[in-house]
Order: sequence, then structure tokens, then C-alpha cells
Amino acid sequence: MSPANLRRWSWIHKWSSLVCTVFMLLLCLTGLPLIYHHEIGHLLGNEVEPPALTAQQQANPPRADLDSVIAAGKARYPDKVMMYMSQEADQPALWFLTMGKHANDPDFVSVAIDARSARYVAEPPIEGGALMAFLFHLHVDLFAGVPGKLFLGFMGLLLVVAIVSGVVLYAPFMRKLAFGAVRHGRTARLKWLDLHNLLGIVTLVWALVVGVTGVVNTLADVLLQVWQSTEIAAMVKPYEGLPPPAKLASMEQSVARAQALQPGMRVGFIAFPGTPFASAHHYGVYMHGDQALTAKLYKPVLVDAGSGQVTDQRTLPWYLSTLLLSQPLHFGDYGGAGMKFLWALLDLATIVVLGSGLYLWLKRGRAARAKAGDEARMRAPRQPALAREGESR
Amino acid sequence: MSAFRSLWGMPILLGVLTAIGLVVGLLGDGWWDAAAVTCLGMPVAVGAWHIARPR
Repeated sequence: MSPANLRRWSWIHKWSSLVCTVFMLLLCLTGLPLIYHHEIGHLLGNEVEPPALTAQQQANPPRADLDSVIAAGKARYPDKVMMYMSQEADQPALWFLTMGKHANDPDFVSVAIDARSARYVAEPPIEGGALMAFLFHLHVDLFAGVPGKLFLGFMGLLLVVAIVSGVVLYAPFMRKLAFGAVRHGRTARLKWLDLHNLLGIVTLVWALVVGVTGVVNTLADVLLQVWQSTEIAAMVKPYEGLPPPAKLASMEQSVARAQALQPGMRVGFIAFPGTPFASAHHYGVYMHGDQALTAKLYKPVLVDAGSGQVTDQRTLPWYLSTLLLSQPLHFGDYGGAGMKFLWALLDLATIVVLGSGLYLWLKRGRAARAKAGDEARMRAPRQPALAREGESR
Repeated sequence: MSAFRSLWGMPILLGVLTAIGLVVGLLGDGWWDAAAVTCLGMPVAVGAWHIARPR
């Protein structure tokens, strides 16, 4: 690499890293407990467990009518309307109802209902409780909503630039060294430079994937808005100008019709009329498969909320499929406890790469100043002694 | 060993293993997850070995 190119890439690496490092350290530190949010929620008692069944029931688990599940939520909050109902892929025994004063109430409540008996189970704390919600917002939007997300997305792009420029610089720095060489016993700066290069190169692909998928996740709100204003708008076009249904159709029948069209798929979540995932006239029934990969992707079925008849069904556009596949690749929650542990180790290694990078930059500044000072002293004796004395006064 | 291989051989190998691990985990559960953890564990193990290696 020519000296000019080396200087150029060093400049790119230095500034892209410096600008994003503080935020990336924050994301690594808050991301670490988020890897284990289920386990932490369990310890804090914030995870909802379904009541145990009797031995007789276990042999043939009952299934409650969806309308009675909704009625159980309504009985608890008679003045609120349904916004969403959802099931977690690994917990078919619970329905989580989201209810609010209106369809877009930011102060919604979450109610867990037994999917087998339609009995009230618990009200799980929103976002996993105060501590996890605090870490979550620091990680996702810095408590600044969509602009906060997009800002972190931009920082993520800088991280990608820093990683790519770091790989370019790996060659000139490592050309004369064996892979993984760590020069102990010389200067501390040299040792940390070697550790920075070693941990940077072994975490390279993981950090790139987590960085890029993190950036994609920050675009979630924007992508959903695009979808709502194009495809959902087209699907509800025939209902333009009509009043919303006075009485909502049976959910049990609506879901049965949606499921008949998508055999082998199960309901992930249902959006009620007026929410961003439905329309004023429709239930949005979001189905997903039961295989590892198909469980991550949703198929929306729109059901007329007045008649309970299916009016449209589509596959998700590519940008929403990309978003949905970006989530597991960012969270590391798709490969069991072993993968979570590796995610935590790789996160820690990334903290060392960020920290050592910062240290190398600080030391480099000092080394450069010391070198300049040496040169000044070397030049000094060539000046007349009197001039130097004059300067010092 | 060529200069290219001695410089980039290990980084490329670890990068490919990481990519395989990340994708394989998405495709299935059980054995797929075990294969994913094995592949993804390689770069972690190699990094740890070079840090902790006796001098």
C-alpha cells in the first residue's frame, strides 16, 4: 500500500471509529443484558407462566374460543378497546392482549390470558419491567423515538465503515507478523495494537452482521410506514368512504377462515381495526409457519371486521422480509443457550476492540507529541545560546 | 506458504465459519443449532487461544 493510501485509510478508520465509539460502547454494554432478557425477566419475576394443567387435561389440552379470550380481557378493562393479540412461538398456552383507550393508545396495557381456559393469568410489565425497559430504550432509541433510532442507525453505518477500513489496514500492520501474534514485553501500546488487530479480525464477520442488521432494525418504523401507505392502502381501497363496522365480527370465525386459506400456518398476532397493522375496516391476521425459518416470516391475511370474510392476503414485500430476518441475526436468539453465550463473548470482545482502539488513538497522540518534542530538542542546540535564553524569558 | 495465504488464510477461514454458523442456525433447530454453535465458536476459540497462549 502506498504511503498516501495508508494515510487515507488511516484517516477513514480513525474518524469513523472516533465518532461512533462512545455509542457503540453504550450499545455493547446495554446489549449484553438484552441477550439474556428472558432469563433476567424470569429472575425478576416479570415473565408470565401459564397455570399448570391437571394430568387429565395434559393428555388432551383444551383450547379456548378466541372470542372468550377477548371477553376475558374486556371483563378486566371494560372501557378499553382491543389493539392487538399475540402468541409467542414457544408458548401456545398464553394469549397476550394489548388494550388501550383507542386503537393507537401509547399508554396501552398488556394482559395475559390462558389460551386453554380463557382465564385471566397476569398483567406482565410493559417492556419487561423498569430496568429492562431502561436498557432497551438506551439500546434502541436513546429515549428519542424514531429520530433516536435513525441516529443510532447512522452510528451503525459509521461502525461498518470503521470495520471495512480496519480490514484494509490489517494487511500493512500484519504483513510481517504471524496470525494472532501478540507482542508482550515491549511497549504497552504495541501489545494493545496486536490485541486490537487479533480481536478485530476474529470478530470481523460477526460484528459486520450484527452491525448491518442493527442498522436495518433502526429502519423498522420507516419501512412499516412505506408498507402501510402502499400495500395496505391498496388492500383497503374498496372501503374508501364507508363507515367502520358498528359491531365486530367473531374472531374465532375470522381466524378459522384465515387458517383455512393457509393450512399449516399458525397465528402470530392479530391487529384490530384502526391500528397501523390493519385498517379501520379490517382485522389483520398475521400468520407464520412452524419451521425454524418460516416461523420468522409473516403472511398477512386481511379479514373484513364487519362480515368476518377474508378480503385479501399477500406475501410480505422483500424489505419487510429482510427486516424480519434481520431481527434474529441481530439478537442471537435463534440457536439456543450456546449461541447466546457466544453472542455475549463476541460482544465482550467487541468492547475490547472499541476500548483498545480508543486507547491506541490517545497514546498515538501522546507518542506523536513526544516525538515532536524530541525533534525540537534535537534542533535546539543549533541555535545560538543567547537566542534560547531570550526566548525563555 | 504464499504471503497472501499466511496473511489472509486464517481470517478468511474464520470469516467463512462465522457466516456458515450464522446461517445454519436460522435453517433449523436441534442439530442445526449445534452445528451453528460449533462454527461460531471457532473464531471465539482461536481468539481466546492466541490471547491466553503460553509465551
